[in-house]
Amino acid sequence: MITFIIRRLFATVFLLIVVSMITFAIFFLIPRLAGQNSYELATQYVGRNPTRAAVLAIEDKLGLNAPVYLQYGRFLKAIVLGTHYNSGTSTTYCPPPCFGYSFKSQQPVWPQMVSDLPVTLSLAIGAAVIWLVGGVTIGIISALKRGTLFDRFSMGLALVGVSLPIFFTGLIALELFSYKWPIFPNVQYVSFATNPLLWARNLVLPWVVLALLYAALYARLTRAGMLETMSEDFIRTARAKGLRERTVIFKHGLRATLTPIITIFGMDLGLLLGGAIITEVTFSLHGLGLFTIEAVQNQDLPEILGVTMLAAFFIVLANLVVDILYAVVDPRVRH
Amino acid sequence: MPADTLLEVDDLHIHFPTDDGLVKAVDGLSFRLDRGSTLGIVGESGSGKSVTSLGIMGLHQGSNARITGHIRLDGEELVGAPAARIRELRGSKMAMIFQDPLSSLHPFYTVGAQIAEAYLVHNQVGKKVARKHAIDMLGRVGIPQPATRVDDYPHQFSGGMRQRAMIAMALSCDPELLIADEPTTALDVTVQAQILDLIWDLQQEYHSAVIIITHDLGVVAELSDDILVMYAGRMAEYGQAEEIFDEPGHPYTWGLLASMPRLDEERLERLIPIKGTPPSLIHVPAGCPFHPRCRYAGLTDGRSQTEIPALREVAPRHLVACHLTADQRRRLRARPDLDEAEARGAGLTQGEQ
Repeated sequence: MITFIIRRLFATVFLLIVVSMITFAIFFLIPRLAGQNSYELATQYVGRNPTRAAVLAIEDKLGLNAPVYLQYGRFLKAIVLGTHYNSGTSTTYCPPPCFGYSFKSQQPVWPQMVSDLPVTLSLAIGAAVIWLVGGVTIGIISALKRGTLFDRFSMGLALVGVSLPIFFTGLIALELFSYKWPIFPNVQYVSFATNPLLWARNLVLPWVVLALLYAALYARLTRAGMLETMSEDFIRTARAKGLRERTVIFKHGLRATLTPIITIFGMDLGLLLGGAIITEVTFSLHGLGLFTIEAVQNQDLPEILGVTMLAAFFIVLANLVVDILYAVVDPRVRH
Repeated sequence: MPADTLLEVDDLHIHFPTDDGLVKAVDGLSFRLDRGSTLGIVGESGSGKSVTSLGIMGLHQGSNARITGHIRLDGEELVGAPAARIRELRGSKMAMIFQDPLSSLHPFYTVGAQIAEAYLVHNQVGKKVARKHAIDMLGRVGIPQPATRVDDYPHQFSGGMRQRAMIAMALSCDPELLIADEPTTALDVTVQAQILDLIWDLQQEYHSAVIIITHDLGVVAELSDDILVMYAGRMAEYGQAEEIFDEPGHPYTWGLLASMPRLDEERLERLIPIKGTPPSLIHVPAGCPFHPRCRYAGLTDGRSQTEIPALREVAPRHLVACHLTADQRRRLRARPDLDEAEARGAGLTQGEQ
């Protein structure tokens, strides 16, 4: 088990390095290969209609005319150790992990992301708890009561849930529960440390709206998995032993059903941590999703690069956690 | 009912309504099993063997099976008995082992935990006692180093060991009835004999009554006291094992025997397969269900096509459901190479008799 974890850790670090290479290549190598020179590349890092002197200063600060391998070395070093952006007169310090410096907003990228991260974390984790508990519960009941009114109703609802986009359900939810019946009047982020109650109350609507989409998906997955598991031979064996039906379902059936769902859950959560873009935009929650949208709209390359790296990191991390969890749950993976 | 009868199945019907029609998986089956004796149920896939055994174990619960007739275990009626009562009996008084030991064991729990679980449901003991019992059982079924292998997962066992573990699980509560549903089908040939020997030895040790279900007459030849040949959900032939092998009375049994390689007698001719496939259990042929595949269906004056053959006692405790006369059977059995036309030529039709 320990060796398994160590092996996975090494693989994860390797994967992160590959991710950094690819990201770096997208931002710094491919434009070159497409024929851009370092001056043109530097232009994109400055505001609109820049002076020639400003562009040259940026080109110099970013070291864009250095060889590519040297640039990649600096890029990695900045992430690990931080860096100073020098240009004759001024020095700008970017502390580690330095994912770049936004010359448009005149500040390093990382602190901005850090300030937005709690919003996304709160949103994603809260919603994940709701959809996991809700979706799996409904899925199990549906499978056990296959063909009944409950099954048909909840599967119909699940179909609606997966089909409706968040910007639709989100706006409907806001209209109904924020304006018409102001149960959750103002949806805005209050940090958990400031006021846990307000934090939760303000996030209820986004949680539920985001969770609805996933809960529908998970209910269907759980139902299908449960139906398949309950027809397995080992379930028949469990019944042949004379176990109570409750034990058969919850000890023997559920364990085998939930294992593959862990994988999907890890991936989904990892993906969301990089920014629940549509939900954040719909509810104007300033998390990583909204940060990404703004970065793209402003064509702020360092910010886009930073958020890309962070999102990739979350996905790789989720992969690692899922792999380890899977080994804990399934002995066939462990041995 | 005689005192030594453990299981009595009487006019058992197990039907499954489906969209395509009513599947008559078991249609009027009756047999008896004495304490400590062994019954082999033989037949092709789809003849109703497994459905019968699952019916006895009450494992059709939750499906849409319609069960009528009687199943009496130790005098207690199981058809229509409360689910909770049957659950109490399952695993304690009657136990079952299945065809594929890998898929029949839960992949996420250790072999020991799964055996201990079977013991814990029916006995008021602690986990430590149950674990000790599991180790003891593993040792009895011939698993080497049971004290360490008890913590292995099923995938760490070989096929034969898994089936041994299944047997250990089934016998952990000392059941009076053990049903083995194709216990050797999924195993290597070399392991098959070991498992059969093990079942035989344990039967002597535990004095359980055993039902062995198989499509392979060779499997039950040594082990069984009685043999029941099933075809299309019905009994084709029933009798003591020696009778079935020495004086088989049903053309289907002849077919099964002729298609089985035998080492105990010198044979020069090739194995003769039974032509065709088992009938659909929704549209069972009229008359004798075997008649479309029977080489001698034309010798019964048309009765095979129209009339369901009743079970006739051709010898003491030897029942055969066939329209052929005793004389025809005797003469045809001696000449298994005859086909219908040749038999006709030999004056074997009923009309001419």
